[in-house]
Amino acid sequence: MNARMDERGSRSPNPPDPMESSRAGPAPAAARLAAALGARVRSWEGFLAVLLLCIIAMNALTSPSFLTAENQVNLFALSIEKVIVALIMTFVILNAEIDLSVASMMGLSACALGWLVQQGVPMPVAILACLFIGMLGGAFNGFWITVVGLPSLVVTLAMLIGFRGLARVLVEDRSIKEFPAWFEALGQQPLVGPFPLSLIIFFALLVLAVVVLRYSGFGRQVYVIGINLEVARYSGINVARVKMLLFTTSGFLSALAGILFAARLGTVRGDMGLGFELDIITIVLLGGVSIFGGAGSVYGVILSILIVLYLRNGMSLSNITGHLQTGVIGVLLILSAMIPNVRSFLAHVVRPGRLR
Amino acid sequence: MRLRAETRREGVLLLLIVLVLFGFSLVIENYLSARLFNRVSASVAILAILAIGQTLVVLTRNIDLSVGSIVGFTAYFVGQQLSLDNDIHPLVAVLMAVGLGAALGAFNGVLVAFCRVPAIIVTLGTLALFRTILVEYSDAQTILTVNLPQWLIDLPRLNVVSYERLHLRVVVAVMLGVAVLFQLLLRYSSFGRRLYAIGSSPEAARNAGFPTRRLVFTAFVLCGALAGLTGFLFLARFGNITVIAGIGQELKSVAAVVVGGINIFGGSGSVLGAVLGASLIDLLENSLIRSLQISEFLRDALLGMLILAAVAVDSVLMRRRRDR
Repeated sequence: MNARMDERGSRSPNPPDPMESSRAGPAPAAARLAAALGARVRSWEGFLAVLLLCIIAMNALTSPSFLTAENQVNLFALSIEKVIVALIMTFVILNAEIDLSVASMMGLSACALGWLVQQGVPMPVAILACLFIGMLGGAFNGFWITVVGLPSLVVTLAMLIGFRGLARVLVEDRSIKEFPAWFEALGQQPLVGPFPLSLIIFFALLVLAVVVLRYSGFGRQVYVIGINLEVARYSGINVARVKMLLFTTSGFLSALAGILFAARLGTVRGDMGLGFELDIITIVLLGGVSIFGGAGSVYGVILSILIVLYLRNGMSLSNITGHLQTGVIGVLLILSAMIPNVRSFLAHVVRPGRLR
Repeated sequence: MRLRAETRREGVLLLLIVLVLFGFSLVIENYLSARLFNRVSASVAILAILAIGQTLVVLTRNIDLSVGSIVGFTAYFVGQQLSLDNDIHPLVAVLMAVGLGAALGAFNGVLVAFCRVPAIIVTLGTLALFRTILVEYSDAQTILTVNLPQWLIDLPRLNVVSYERLHLRVVVAVMLGVAVLFQLLLRYSSFGRRLYAIGSSPEAARNAGFPTRRLVFTAFVLCGALAGLTGFLFLARFGNITVIAGIGQELKSVAAVVVGGINIFGGSGSVLGAVLGASLIDLLENSLIRSLQISEFLRDALLGMLILAAVAVDSVLMRRRRDR
């Protein structure tokens, strides 16, 4: 009945256990450090870091403009909406759930914003209303998942269709571009130094995500629920509350991303963000987060965000089109899931004498 | 009399379809007509074949999100071959579509069954990959109806039997044939029963000595082959095929399967359920478009709610049955 019982997807071995190295006896400090480093490199994050360095080196060699600050800020700004949602998607997938409705919620909040502005609602009120819609939509998902007990794959698939439908009801097949100048400037121009508002929001959220997931009790609860739901229940974790909070936050951040998207483009349409959910999930899975929950880290996701952005940017700089880029990312996703399996397979073949 | 869970589910779906027909006949004049049957049955056929393929995969506790790209790929490829050479025998064209679909499905199957990559990751990747290959291969060209052979253009209007103005299209007959074949296969063959066993408990199936990898692989190949067949029907129905053909079909097929009562975690459900699920979704879509009180744009919003409602009702019914 339970997909997450199948644990073969868990990769990303835990960082070296401190107990392990102390048990190794009085080894020289340098050797211990080397062993720890080796374990790091062999971990999933280590692999991603090496891959990232290769991509940076390749990009820097083929295009002189790659390392300029302008290009760096630009490549982030161009995908900032997906990257923001990837942060909360990390939490959701770690929790052994999935939210397919994020991109539709982005579209819905952007379209609601356009519609409200067209009705003469003042901009700040409209923005708050859209964020509220996001929370409401997320809580709606959460209700079906936690209270009714439906699988999140089905619920959010239905709302992928549903939210998108509502977005289309609001703007039909028009596009709305009557936003105040300050709103578009906020989305398009640098706010502090070279950074636009969206990038600052992202960095703030990133720090928050790291702190919550690694250092807070809530973060540990997210992991425990993802590893074993029954254990989490018996140890007194309020599973429904955690899941509800995650899906509400997911809706909220998707709405926020939709508003930032509207500000960056200066116009909204019914098909905004169509298909973004696949890119977002790809980033999270490539980051080493197990689709069955409980395994993975924010650091892996950060590396994977950089890999995907740099890869796309590098391909754009060498004139490779968007469709081919998507294909390359797709191959990368499959390969990333295969490599841990191939390694364990080889280990099996190379040492057939070792039973267990 | 105690009915089997599957039979009850199918009964509920049939009842829902009748209710939808009844409801719309009150709102729309001349709703219950031969035209409605002719049109809806032809469009149901395409979705239903895709949903049957998806059923095979979902039963084994996997999912295939790449079927939309497979439909687009085969529709484009076969369309191109037929445009280049109008004399290709119809049977060869169908086999070409089914074969290509099966090959793409086999690619998914190898990765899922033998490389042990989770299906959602593999098919998310191939969803992008197959589409990319199509875009690169097609060079942004479009298949045009005028270049296609006449028999293909006539195919959607071809009838097997007609009763007054009620037509049973060839497309619908093909769908019914596929449905009966796979219903029998799943219900009575050892292959079918083993697919259920894998979905109920992969571990138990392995311990029982079933070749689980080969079975999962076969499910993906069959799903791909049926997606290929869908691609062929897609080509016949629309004629003009661009590189975006079939986008979003993967979600519709999963929706049909879920509404049809096939458990998304595998192990239970039937082909008949998938066909009824596809019928309900398509009937609603078609009827909502025609109903003047409901904006065309509200259709998707309602469709989403319908899927939720169908699954919730199913889950509540099943829970009550377990509790008893």
